[in-house]
Amino acid sequence: MPQDRFPGHRLLPYLLVFPSLAVIVVFLIIPFIQSVKMSFYKMSPFGTRLIYVGFDNYRQLFSSPDYLHSVVITLIFSVFVILVGLGLSLAIALALNQRIRGKGFYQVALIWTYALSPAVAGTIWALMFAPATGIMPYIISKLSGGYKLNWMTNPTVALLVVSAAATWKMLGYNIVFYIAGLQNVPGELLEAARVDGAGPWQTFWRVTFPMLSPTTTFLLFVNMLYAFFQVFGLIDIMTRGGPGNATEILVYKLYRDGFIHLKSGYAAAQSFVIFIVIAVLAVLQLRVATRKAVYAR
Amino acid sequence: MKRKTLYQLFIHGFLILSVFIIAFPVLYALITSTLSFSDAFSYPPKLVPGRHFFENAAEAWNRVHMGRLMFNSAVVSVSVAVVKIILSLMAAFAYTHFRFRGQGLLFALCMVTQMLPLPVRIVPTFELMRAFGWIDTYWALTVPFFASTTGILLFRQFFLTVPRDLSDAARVDGAGPMRYFFQILIPISKTNIAALFVIEFIFMWSQYLWPLIVTNSREMRVVQIGLKMLLASEQQAPEWNVIMAGTVIAMLPPLIVLIIFRRSFAQGIAMQTEK
Repeated sequence: MPQDRFPGHRLLPYLLVFPSLAVIVVFLIIPFIQSVKMSFYKMSPFGTRLIYVGFDNYRQLFSSPDYLHSVVITLIFSVFVILVGLGLSLAIALALNQRIRGKGFYQVALIWTYALSPAVAGTIWALMFAPATGIMPYIISKLSGGYKLNWMTNPTVALLVVSAAATWKMLGYNIVFYIAGLQNVPGELLEAARVDGAGPWQTFWRVTFPMLSPTTTFLLFVNMLYAFFQVFGLIDIMTRGGPGNATEILVYKLYRDGFIHLKSGYAAAQSFVIFIVIAVLAVLQLRVATRKAVYAR
Repeated sequence: MKRKTLYQLFIHGFLILSVFIIAFPVLYALITSTLSFSDAFSYPPKLVPGRHFFENAAEAWNRVHMGRLMFNSAVVSVSVAVVKIILSLMAAFAYTHFRFRGQGLLFALCMVTQMLPLPVRIVPTFELMRAFGWIDTYWALTVPFFASTTGILLFRQFFLTVPRDLSDAARVDGAGPMRYFFQILIPISKTNIAALFVIEFIFMWSQYLWPLIVTNSREMRVVQIGLKMLLASEQQAPEWNVIMAGTVIAMLPPLIVLIIFRRSFAQGIAMQTEK
């Protein structure tokens, strides 16, 4: 509990929090409440007034094969980005944590891609995989003896390439946090494990990995938000949800329904479903984070 | 002894491979940005740089008015980062140095931000911009981003570690809370401020969806949308050499910011993960 370090200033703290709270209320909370309300309405055919339709938008949503497909795609995509991304980043951070020469060089060389945007990553990966001219189709064709990789027509390849691009873009960020997290694992604990005869494998799973769990849960949450939303630019640049709707993740479908097809009620219902998922995960993250923090102490 | 060297060799091998995987796409983009149009289409693909970078960069620059786009991105990124830092400092100061009615509730309200990312409220937020007459202005691109959970948490965590003696001494010397805030608290938060600046600058520079929907004139577009415009401005095959020159230009500013503040950034992150 914070102490009152300047007693007698009753109004000041309110003035200090006011600007932040004003922004939050006006641009976040009120629009969110409106969005929830909007999900129970539909625009009349001529766009003149709103008609209350109850749960119609939600019913339509969950009976739409397109939407359910988008849910599945989003799941595959985010599980890929999270598992491959966090696994690789942790392995790299662990290697960096060994006693080796050139640590400073490696650190910089491994994290600078943090500064790249999803759209930049998308553009570069689109170049690498360009069907007729890119380096990757060339390499794959050489290795496989002539297979022509075309991610612009093959849905499975498209999803795979987009997932790989998105994972690659987040490596720098994840490595930064794992490096910082590893620095907080006390050396004495690792030493003690070694003295007790634990091998490196055992030490990792029994000591290092549990000690890293606050970092891992934090990264899980951040990467999930990334895979759900921030990749929008990458998808828009690379595939626009295609081919067909092979890479149409939820946020892309939401954008299309809300701003291209102008079905605001239907889009608002999608927003609310996404909110439920985030809220559940945020609460879980908070619980794990607070429990582990106590445990780590 | 031998086993140890082998192990070291293995670690180096793994790290070099990782650096390669991370750097290769960008290197390939850099090489492509220096090629002539016909070289960019050679098969097998060229991996040797050419001499056409400035030509390609000028072409990209003119084709989508990149000067204006870069300027807009810079205005948006710098102003949001600065305002976010100021607002977070103020809020964190209030939450850590005072006790007031409704404190817990108001703090919870700030934390709610995390659960309300843009897509969860996108249609009404857009309509709000329209009602304010903010479409196609800097206001729409910046103001909705001004509040920051990350910032408030970062500074709060740091302020809680500031010893009470410091504020007591200030009080004994007759300094009011605001003087203590400006002359002591902010100067000792320098590292955190720099770290937050890096995080927020890069975050804003990367924004794509929001600028896409709240701007529509060429004058108000940001550089990320410029990439989309470069890709779309092609009739036949994409001119990868020109597109990549534009991409290289677009990724420079956040990279420069990260390099300038890399020390503070690393320290700030380390502080954030400490429990």
